[in-house]
Amino acid sequence: MWKWLHPYANPEVSYHFAGRLIPWFSKLTFILLFIGIVWALLFVPADYQQGNSFRIFYLHVPAAILSMSIYVAMAIAALSSLVWQIKLADASAAAMAPVGAVFTAIALITGAAWGRPTWGTWWIWDARLTSELILLFLYLGVIALHNAFEDKTLSGKAAGILALVGVVNIPIIKYSVEWWNTLHQGSTVSKLGAPSMASSMYWPFLVCFIGFICFVTWIICLRFRNEILARNAMRAWVRDLVNNTEVK
Amino acid sequence: MNPRRKKRLTIVLSLLIGIGIISGLVLYALSQNIDLFYTPHEVVHGKDDTGIKPKVGQRIRVGGLVVVGSVKRDADNLKVQFDLTNKGEVITIKYDGILPDLFREGQGIIANGTLTQARVLEASEVLAKHDENYIPKEIADSLGEGHEAPKYTKEQLKEKG
Repeated sequence: MWKWLHPYANPEVSYHFAGRLIPWFSKLTFILLFIGIVWALLFVPADYQQGNSFRIFYLHVPAAILSMSIYVAMAIAALSSLVWQIKLADASAAAMAPVGAVFTAIALITGAAWGRPTWGTWWIWDARLTSELILLFLYLGVIALHNAFEDKTLSGKAAGILALVGVVNIPIIKYSVEWWNTLHQGSTVSKLGAPSMASSMYWPFLVCFIGFICFVTWIICLRFRNEILARNAMRAWVRDLVNNTEVK
Repeated sequence: MNPRRKKRLTIVLSLLIGIGIISGLVLYALSQNIDLFYTPHEVVHGKDDTGIKPKVGQRIRVGGLVVVGSVKRDADNLKVQFDLTNKGEVITIKYDGILPDLFREGQGIIANGTLTQARVLEASEVLAKHDENYIPKEIADSLGEGHEAPKYTKEQLKEKG
């Protein structure tokens, strides 16, 4: 059953596989984000209450959803690295952490910028905002642990354990707006069932969201390749690769 | 799966389940403190599951819907008084300051301040709660749900400094 996955445990195979994905995802990112952002900023009708400030939705919501999805992906990679000791899973977790941290920061900053005109405050310690801030600290902890020890296996293990422990925070973020009274509103789109917004506002969101997914995949592929090279710098195939590119 | 991997998987999974249970219990114990605000119904009757009730003089947040027709604003300063409601109970909010753009009758509002009488809150901060619904302006207008931000004259704003 797992046989088709086995070749990808080889760093060289994975390096070239990620390399083949990069041009596709980079092109898709440019096309989708261009269409999505132009559509969202210029053609979508303004909200009846918030006016134009609601347009930050098209950046805030994809960033917030992805900050959680990347964390779950990172935790799954950390789990396979801890249990099956797959070195590449560790490399991919290290590649994902900073990307997730940046998206968490984007979600927090855009949220504050939207909260000021809409709610009347930049920040409030409600359950949704606080748990998202904790997510940022978890990411920073994971990044710090990945760089804490000279030995990559050891630091990967420490970072992996933190990543797995932090997973309990994900359902708390997701359901905080349902479990407790919060200032933050409930989910508009990230739920089962129809979105709570008009379809003329929803379609550009989907385009932006898929665009951001492609962007994240692209960046993670780039970082993953770098991680593989850095961790296999002493291998013959990396030397050949480096020597060949220098000739060009 | 070989025994070593099985052992590691068991350790990791039991660690996760343990942490999950612990944080679940902690959150359950803290659930009243995590709530950002009391609803008017909870101010009068206490929280649903614990019956905790805010005392007069306590600093709390109250969140509810602004009662239609209850907003009274002074013509020459920023003082405003309105009622918040939910589940049939009403709390009166007194506030001296600029209301957020989203403030209107029927809107969800969170007021942060001191409970001066059993059903009166002297607010120092009023925040508008936005719901998860987004509606284009044209559609809202055709539904008769147009919205206008609260307006202030120059004299009113000057007084605030």
